[in-house]
Amino acid sequence: MSDEIVLRGHPGIGPRVEGEALVSRHGFSARYDLNRKTGVFSRESHDLYGQSIVGKVLVHTTAKGGVATAWALLDMRAQGTAPLAIIFQLANPIMAQGAALAELPLMDRLDPDPLAVIESGDWLIVDPPAGEVRVRKRQAGG
Amino acid sequence: MRLTDDERAILAGERGEAVRRALELQIKVGDFFGADDFVAIDSAHMMAEIESMGEPCLAWVEEMADLGGQAVVPTTSNPRSVDVALWEALGQDERQVELELRLTRALNRLGILTLDTCINYQTVSPPRFGEHVAWGDTGTVIFANAVAGARSNFEGGPVALAAALTGRTARYGYHLPEQRLGTVLVELQEQPAATSDWGALGCWIGRQVSDYWQVPVIAGLEVQPTIDQLKQLGASLASYGSLAMFHLVGVTPEARSVEEAFGGRQPERTLRLELGGLRSVYATFQAERERPDVVAFTAPQLSIVELRDLAGLLNGRSVHQDVRLLVTTNYQNRAAAERLGYAASIEGAGGLLLSGACFYLMTARELAEKHGWRTILTDSAKLANIIPGYGYNPVFRPTEVCVEAAVQGRLPW
Repeated sequence: MSDEIVLRGHPGIGPRVEGEALVSRHGFSARYDLNRKTGVFSRESHDLYGQSIVGKVLVHTTAKGGVATAWALLDMRAQGTAPLAIIFQLANPIMAQGAALAELPLMDRLDPDPLAVIESGDWLIVDPPAGEVRVRKRQAGG
Repeated sequence: MRLTDDERAILAGERGEAVRRALELQIKVGDFFGADDFVAIDSAHMMAEIESMGEPCLAWVEEMADLGGQAVVPTTSNPRSVDVALWEALGQDERQVELELRLTRALNRLGILTLDTCINYQTVSPPRFGEHVAWGDTGTVIFANAVAGARSNFEGGPVALAAALTGRTARYGYHLPEQRLGTVLVELQEQPAATSDWGALGCWIGRQVSDYWQVPVIAGLEVQPTIDQLKQLGASLASYGSLAMFHLVGVTPEARSVEEAFGGRQPERTLRLELGGLRSVYATFQAERERPDVVAFTAPQLSIVELRDLAGLLNGRSVHQDVRLLVTTNYQNRAAAERLGYAASIEGAGGLLLSGACFYLMTARELAEKHGWRTILTDSAKLANIIPGYGYNPVFRPTEVCVEAAVQGRLPW
């Protein structure tokens, strides 16, 4: 595994996890974008429309919309429709609050820019206490 | 974070388990944003409703009540997912009502004023200039920051409750003077006229400035907005841009001039609203069905003045039999509207006047499936932004256009 890329930043929220990346160039709101009962993107104009977030490490530009996500992450975790972790270029307070309540791993302000190096399908080791994300690129053709 | 002796005592459990948990949650958020310390707050406003909470979050709130948590500052609640008097008329599930009633009991035990409103700044009290508050519902926060000059971040339900119990919040974001300064200059070459134009302006800016940490400064205004117009502008900016602050030069209290709004810094960029720009915003919303299934006046709840104006437009007329017309407000305005005859005008025309709720919270996906709803017409730019997530085709138009379409059963444009 020579081509492992390491992103560093400040300590995030929640425990260390690893899983597959699901990358979006759009913002994220549990209320605006998701069917929270299934964990599938339900907003037709979203670039991940129809895709499931369940068990994925979501990589988004920023948080959008209102305050609902501060509750919704815990509810989705209990229902089994939550993502495994969330990475933003820049989070807003609501996402941090929701992640803190749900104890769901959340990181932001990483260097290099996660959207520049992470693609959907990459394997990510998300380590909020260490302020670090390790990216293993998906095998070409695999 | 740097903690006081009092805060260390709370963390040691000396004031009870509920307030200990509350402070612990607040510290996690404060640490994430690099807050140095806590700041005392004068009020809290808590978003709590079953549609986004589900039973797991309801259980969390009930546990905080069981553990003896008590609000130490005046704390109000945001709209709910049902109107307990009218859920059947709308075709909602009884289970939703039971859960909301459980939530009300838990909130009351915690000492929260369950007024179920997103216009607390119009019907309870606006905050005072310079005071720190912990408000949730983005429309209330942006109004508090921009129009009143108070200081709040977006405080979602769990941390707004935490702030109510601890009487403080982490000092970061919009509690800091430097975060409140403008970053983007918006020059108006077109003036908003109708109240919904202010929502359209918020949409136009928010689509281009979609970042909580940005602050638009709107210059070139030649008209004086009403409070309801500022409410629409704020709600729309907060929805489309996830913004918590704006300056309206010559109107809002921290922007007597462009220079003051930017605090001597240069704008990072400049947006120019050309003539015809607002009409273009409306045109981005196109109907799939010629007859709207639902016409909604909501998000935020209507003020008594907005109810009066809507009642005036509907008085003596009849909503088309295949169109559902919905209006939401709070209990206080509902009572006033009954006294003043506005409720009779709206209901006489066939409208449903709901209180203590807001449409997008009201199990909108289930209602769409049950009633076959798809095209929703509204004068709320905010609702038009949120509702596609629930499977709707939104059409945003001025209030008069919405009323005419509801009566004729046909969208004019």
